[in-house]
Amino acid sequence: MTTPLDIPVAEIAAGVRIGKLSALDIVSLALARVESLQPQLRAFISVDADRAMNLARKIDEQRAAGREIGALAGVPVAVKDNMCTTFGATTCGSKILAPFHAQEAAHVVDQLESAGAIVIGKTNLDEFAMGSSTENSAFFTTANPWDVSRVAGGSSGGSTAAVAARLIPGALGSDTGGSIREPASFCGIVGLKPTYGRVSRYGLVAYGSSLDQIGPIARTARDAALLLSVIAGHDPRDSTSANEPAPDYVAALDRPIRGLRIGVSEEYFGAGLNHEVQATVRAAIAAIESQGATVLPIHLPHMKYGIACYYLIATAEASSNLARFDGVHYGHRTPRPADIIDLYSSTRGEGFGAEVKRRIMLGTFALSSGYYDAYYLKALKVRTLIKSDFESAFRDVDVIASPVAPTIAFPIGEKSDDPLAMYLADIYTVSANLAGIPAISIPCGFDASGLPVGMQLMGNYFAEDRLLNIAHQYQQVTDWHNHMPALG
Amino acid sequence: MTVATKVRPIIGLEIHVQLRTRTKLFCGCEVQTDAPPNSRVCGICLGHPGTLPVMNRVALESAALAGMALGCEIARFTKWDRKSYYYPDLPKNYQISQYDIPLAAGGTFEFDVDGSPREIRIRRAHLEEDAGKNIHDTPGCTLVDLNRTGTPLLEIVTEPDLASADDTYAFCVELQRLVRHLGVSEADMQKGHMRFEPNVNVAIEHNGREYRTPIAEVKNINSFKFVRQAISYEIERQVAVWEENNDYVIGKASNENRGWDADRGVTEFQRGKEAAHDYRYFPDPDLLPVQLSDETLGSIRAQLVERPVQRRRRFASEYGLSMKDAETIVEHRPTADLFDEVIKLGGPAEIAGKQFVNVWLKHANDRGVAVTELGVEAARIAELAKMTAEGTVNKTAANQLADAMLTRSNCPSALAKELGLVQVQDADATARWVDEAFAANQQAVSDARTNPKKMQAAIGFLRGQVMKLSGGKADPKLVGKLIEERLQQP
Repeated sequence: MTTPLDIPVAEIAAGVRIGKLSALDIVSLALARVESLQPQLRAFISVDADRAMNLARKIDEQRAAGREIGALAGVPVAVKDNMCTTFGATTCGSKILAPFHAQEAAHVVDQLESAGAIVIGKTNLDEFAMGSSTENSAFFTTANPWDVSRVAGGSSGGSTAAVAARLIPGALGSDTGGSIREPASFCGIVGLKPTYGRVSRYGLVAYGSSLDQIGPIARTARDAALLLSVIAGHDPRDSTSANEPAPDYVAALDRPIRGLRIGVSEEYFGAGLNHEVQATVRAAIAAIESQGATVLPIHLPHMKYGIACYYLIATAEASSNLARFDGVHYGHRTPRPADIIDLYSSTRGEGFGAEVKRRIMLGTFALSSGYYDAYYLKALKVRTLIKSDFESAFRDVDVIASPVAPTIAFPIGEKSDDPLAMYLADIYTVSANLAGIPAISIPCGFDASGLPVGMQLMGNYFAEDRLLNIAHQYQQVTDWHNHMPALG
Repeated sequence: MTVATKVRPIIGLEIHVQLRTRTKLFCGCEVQTDAPPNSRVCGICLGHPGTLPVMNRVALESAALAGMALGCEIARFTKWDRKSYYYPDLPKNYQISQYDIPLAAGGTFEFDVDGSPREIRIRRAHLEEDAGKNIHDTPGCTLVDLNRTGTPLLEIVTEPDLASADDTYAFCVELQRLVRHLGVSEADMQKGHMRFEPNVNVAIEHNGREYRTPIAEVKNINSFKFVRQAISYEIERQVAVWEENNDYVIGKASNENRGWDADRGVTEFQRGKEAAHDYRYFPDPDLLPVQLSDETLGSIRAQLVERPVQRRRRFASEYGLSMKDAETIVEHRPTADLFDEVIKLGGPAEIAGKQFVNVWLKHANDRGVAVTELGVEAARIAELAKMTAEGTVNKTAANQLADAMLTRSNCPSALAKELGLVQVQDADATARWVDEAFAANQQAVSDARTNPKKMQAAIGFLRGQVMKLSGGKADPKLVGKLIEERLQQP
């Protein structure tokens, strides 16, 4: 059965534009599907159905009146609940922000909606995007549409589950250490973390400011390209936003990939990598090779320090970024505090979950006088080394291929008591954030139990067009992205 | 108990100067701290999640200009750091500041104390955002006004080069003049635009040994007078404590923060420095490092004006002004600019200086405006001074002319003719007035000739009579000379 939700973003928009499809019908379908699958998946934290339908009606009216409608007109989308919206709350999956209503929408939300996309709701995440499974959400754990006893991955698990389950054709996630790519891999869809600075962070509630980046989540590379075209570009409100024009990502999809050099680093295929994942990713690399690309061995010697480096820098920044949640000005406030210190400590004690507290403590420690040089400063130096590893690799190759995560989606609860094991889920993804380079996760097969496996392609700075191009060409000769989870 | 015989105070300062910018340091909110509470705030200065700071370039350039005027080297590369501490008037619970690479460092600043020159080294000057205000005047709760949050502050740190409360006072006043002269701050003490934190200790010489008391930092003083009082108090207090206990020295007793209680005129212990805060500084990842090109630095340097201390010294040495008059004129940059213009247009320095202070500044003060707002241009001021110096008008007439110049735009020579204020240089006419006065005042003439006790008064009286007869137009010098001559004659 094909419903409009099964067709790509571009076709929905085209259908709405010519009047073949009604925005209201599509949005209603999406809302109904979200509602019926919410008990199984728990992908959404909030949905604003009335607003979505009103926006859809407006788009249909505009079209009927012959007025110009945007490139994504009528396409229902969702954003991770760490992106500010002026409707509903922006919770970050945390009790401390459960009552927080933002005054301004995130840049990306404005961009999507001014292109005519309709943000129907906010998706679940690990609290403040800290986690790899959405189990750290203060509200509920999102299930994997391929096996609801397993995690969707994280921290953008709500967005990836929603797209994989065809609740919506596209969504946005944020990626600080793999939070778009790992859940995209676990859910069998495409997820792109752009170059740091490619997409404005204005309105994204910060976790690790020097690592955070918003990116598109979709079933196909083409849809991801379309979404990226809408959200990428300079925003003067974000000083770290790149003042570089965004190319036409969709136009770049059809470029030939013959002769491209694909780097493969054995550091990404070492101990801890699941055999089936390894075999599947290697097969996918071979498939790209058979399309005319050349595979070359490369060496990324500092990749092994990535996790340690990441968990120092990200937590250090987080400890400072999350200091503002203190109950004084907005969000949760403890009832009847004894004094100002109690107001702070009880508010934060009640408001934050265990993983957030762990990371705040870790980061606070790393920045403390006497430890700064040994931890934070050392991590910055390692970060520079990781960056230069990539810079020298990209002198020889166009992209680097690797697994996204060492495993397929794991059972809910399996790692929730073992933070270190959970941190290792990010082992292949954190380096791209540390270096600031773009990286994409592409569905490239299934393991024996039918769970999706993803391949990661990392590119040079601002080479999103190349990553999407290869992903698209790969999707022309494979049909992994057309598999559909068996859900109600 | 030991009595300290030789005491040498060692004083340095941290000063916060609020820069005069239209908008805040990292957001577009208007800087207007006396607006209704929380009416000049936005998501950025309120630290709302998702918001991001964007640096105010004007604030950076003002700070660099001030740094240059303080004789500092300006960093070509600098950055922003977060300083973490929890306080309700700091919504992000970190302050964006500059830690290890200040915008400006290594300067020297000159000032005068009663006409004798002094120098103080400037360790650093950096830019940071101000916090809001906690208001404790409602019983049972604390109110927070965040209008001030994010206002650009220049923090200046000096070396401990000052040796007395008076020197420190003079330095603080001179610093206010400097930032006003540069136009980088209104430096209004009433509005808290300048806040001082003196660091004070004393070196005591006793039995051939030197003892140094622990350093007390007196927090957040917002008046020059209190700076002086707090330092004097600290010097006395530290000496007294040491006299009681010779172990009150650095290394054995800890440095401390103290607060100035203006009502009681004392400093009070706040906290010891051994429990120093760990501010966990680290580079702010939301802001790019700041690069200042030679071109940018050059264009900032072009705005550098003569520092008031140099200007005052120049007014004294070149124009022959008294230090007091020079100080008065240089207090306000447009006033000093106007005076320079007057001299440039040929105003004779000595008379022009006196007239400027005694006539023009007085009129301005009476009207509560700046001298530049009197509507009297430099050219007319210069001409009046020239006419006075050349004897075209006498002092009294000059004052009358000045009054007329305030309401009329004619040049003073035309006005003098019109009002009949031109001084009569005619010796014959003057001699006739002298004769007339002598004839009419025999007693005074006789006193002036023969009574030593009344001589001076009698001469003054006669001179007044002559001036009166001349209708104020006689040249007082000539009158004096003719009276002298006439008195010699039998």
